[in-house]
Amino acid sequence: MNWSLFFDLTVSGLTLGSLYALIALGYSLVYGILKLLNFAHGDVYMIGAFLGWYALHALGGPMNPTFTGAVVLLLMFVVAMLGCGVLGVAIERFAYRPLRNAPRIAPLISALGVSIFLQNSALLIFGASFRDYNTFDLIGVKTYNIGSLFFSVPQLLTVAAAIALMVALTLFVARSRLGKAMRSTSFDREAASMMGIDVDRVISVTFFIGSALAGAAGVMFALVFGQIYHFMGFIAGLKGFTAAVIGGIGSIPGAMIGGLIVGLAESYATGYLPQGSTFQNLYVFALLILVILIRPSGLFGRAAITKV
Amino acid sequence: MEERPDTPRIGVDEWVASVEGKRERYTGWRGAVLERWERLPVAARVLVFALPAAVFPVLSSQGNVFRYGLFTLVYALLALGLNIVVGFAGLLDLGYIAFFGCGAYMYAILASPQFGYHWQAEAAIPVVIIVTALIGLLVGLPSRRLFGDYLAILTLFFGQAFVIFVNNANRISFPFVGHTDLTGGSNGIANIDPFNFFGFKIDTTMKQYYLLLISVALVLVLLAFVNESRTGRAWRALREDPLAAEVMSIPVNRLKLSAFVFGAAVAGFTGAIYGTIATAALPGDYDVGLLITIYAIMILGGFGSIMGIVVGAIIVSSVPELLRSSANARPLFYGAILLAILVKIRPWPRLAAQLAGLTAFGFAVHAIAAAAYPRLVHGESIGSGGFTRFLDHWMLFPKDAVKIADVAYILMIAAIVMYPQLGRLWRAVLLPPLLYLVMFVWENLLLVHIGGATRLILLGAMLVALMNIRPQGLFGTATVEIV
Repeated sequence: MNWSLFFDLTVSGLTLGSLYALIALGYSLVYGILKLLNFAHGDVYMIGAFLGWYALHALGGPMNPTFTGAVVLLLMFVVAMLGCGVLGVAIERFAYRPLRNAPRIAPLISALGVSIFLQNSALLIFGASFRDYNTFDLIGVKTYNIGSLFFSVPQLLTVAAAIALMVALTLFVARSRLGKAMRSTSFDREAASMMGIDVDRVISVTFFIGSALAGAAGVMFALVFGQIYHFMGFIAGLKGFTAAVIGGIGSIPGAMIGGLIVGLAESYATGYLPQGSTFQNLYVFALLILVILIRPSGLFGRAAITKV
Repeated sequence: MEERPDTPRIGVDEWVASVEGKRERYTGWRGAVLERWERLPVAARVLVFALPAAVFPVLSSQGNVFRYGLFTLVYALLALGLNIVVGFAGLLDLGYIAFFGCGAYMYAILASPQFGYHWQAEAAIPVVIIVTALIGLLVGLPSRRLFGDYLAILTLFFGQAFVIFVNNANRISFPFVGHTDLTGGSNGIANIDPFNFFGFKIDTTMKQYYLLLISVALVLVLLAFVNESRTGRAWRALREDPLAAEVMSIPVNRLKLSAFVFGAAVAGFTGAIYGTIATAALPGDYDVGLLITIYAIMILGGFGSIMGIVVGAIIVSSVPELLRSSANARPLFYGAILLAILVKIRPWPRLAAQLAGLTAFGFAVHAIAAAAYPRLVHGESIGSGGFTRFLDHWMLFPKDAVKIADVAYILMIAAIVMYPQLGRLWRAVLLPPLLYLVMFVWENLLLVHIGGATRLILLGAMLVALMNIRPQGLFGTATVEIV
């Protein structure tokens, strides 16, 4: 067996996987509370990548940045996360909240509308061409290695930042008052509101957190792969949702593990399966079907009991 | 929370309330028209649409028939098929366009120089329909265990997988056969034969138009009968409440599958027709864009409403064509804004004040800008005529509009999101500036990109707005949500 290929694939799979996990968390949080598939989530991720780009260029661009590299990177993340968070809250206010008592299909269609709107707004403003991040000068092109395990700085950064964000999220949900409110709202919205929890506020916070995570993932993607374009949210959103479903939608550890599984599967498929680089998405699709057939509630999900 | 008209009162049985609501809808002149309409036999209802459509090519030019007629009918046929899956059975199928693509590719394989087969239409069409239906069965099988959103994501992925497959299937080596160019990759399959029914070739636009019209009429009649049948009723029961339907011993899984397969068959058939019209099967034709268009048609018309879909198809296929030129788009845009103001703002003194305020605000902004920042008024407006000359003195047209317009666009979205959060007084005061901002963005940014992104932006905004105002669509009936 070719170990260096295997290690390369594992590193890129873990990188991809952490991106998918961050996107999946947004889907999972929102789904857990509203039982809503937020189709616009992938496009929020795309907007995050573009916000990062604007922040980078507002700070002098990759060639002669105003601050040192680390500060610029941090500011890019802050801008993208805050911007996306606000965008997510606005989307919820405008497109989902008025439909909370409508038939189930209405918010889905509304979400589709938001997705089209965001995608084409991006096309209108950013144009149809690819934008380069060119952050290699900022963070360097050097690769490091542990034995035959090679990785670049953006890859390491992505995995580390994703893990940090996930730990923060887990602590927030498990320990803080608001996190407790989120858990109870997701368990039973009506009962939670009767217990004096401001459900609207909890939902807004959930959208803020989910969208901010997607924004961070957008910047990470751009740092690793270098190029962004207005349609990048679609496939990423699809994979993120796949990850959420595989892990068990509504479950936070499930979204993380699901993201890693999808990322690694995609990476290994590219390397080992016939015509993998062309058909990697088909293999991920096959994995999704397999999981749904064997365990419809996902790895960490509990089978829902329908109450009448 | 504001109480919606169709929310049942406390202490009233929901079913009774819904029936009462239905009766309530049938009052006034609208009720009278609706009641007449309901009493018409199916054939007569179909004729109401078919007759004008049959006369249309005689009155119009060849180009118009091709541009508006063919596409309207293809869209209508597709939306009718989708309506079975989503409107009747309530399954959110986002891979529907893939079945359409399957139909087109299947026919292209059977009747084009790609493999040298040139099948007659009477043999090829049944094969296409059966194979597409079988693929629908395969995709639908997992849906037995899925509901709602899971099915949506699975089918969306299937649609994407289809596009990836046909884009790359020219390089696959199959076992036994070896290397085969199945779909022509990104170049697609060209030179598809026209339909050839026992030697009668459907090779002109006119013949294709009438073939489509007959197909639409047939499907309409078929659906009207299915709608009244046992299966149709069972589908609707399934849509309203799968659990209750199952308790009533309705075979839920079988019905889901049959709806899925039925929809796939209609899409496959439409695909074959589309293949002959376009004379080529290209992967890009079967992507998300078309899916959204078809969904827009079905949503606009109303879920489960067959006639609504025909109207939706006419609107969705002709409005974007009209929007292609700025000469048409401008009156549509200002007309829509005016209409919204007329409907929303009452009584009339308030309306007059708002309109006067808007006009005055425009002139004031223009005068200030001309005095202080002449760069802001030196640009050119699009078009000519009296209205354009008025705009030149009223609206700002900056010299290099791109950057300013981009910022204004983002500001506009933020303003529109914030606006409903304001108090009443502020809303009244800030309406003219908001409208002015919207018009500024329209003139300087949206109108410039009218052929591209603008149309889809408007489509997306329309979907969100429609769901907010009327979730059941224009012609759909409101369903009573069970708590």
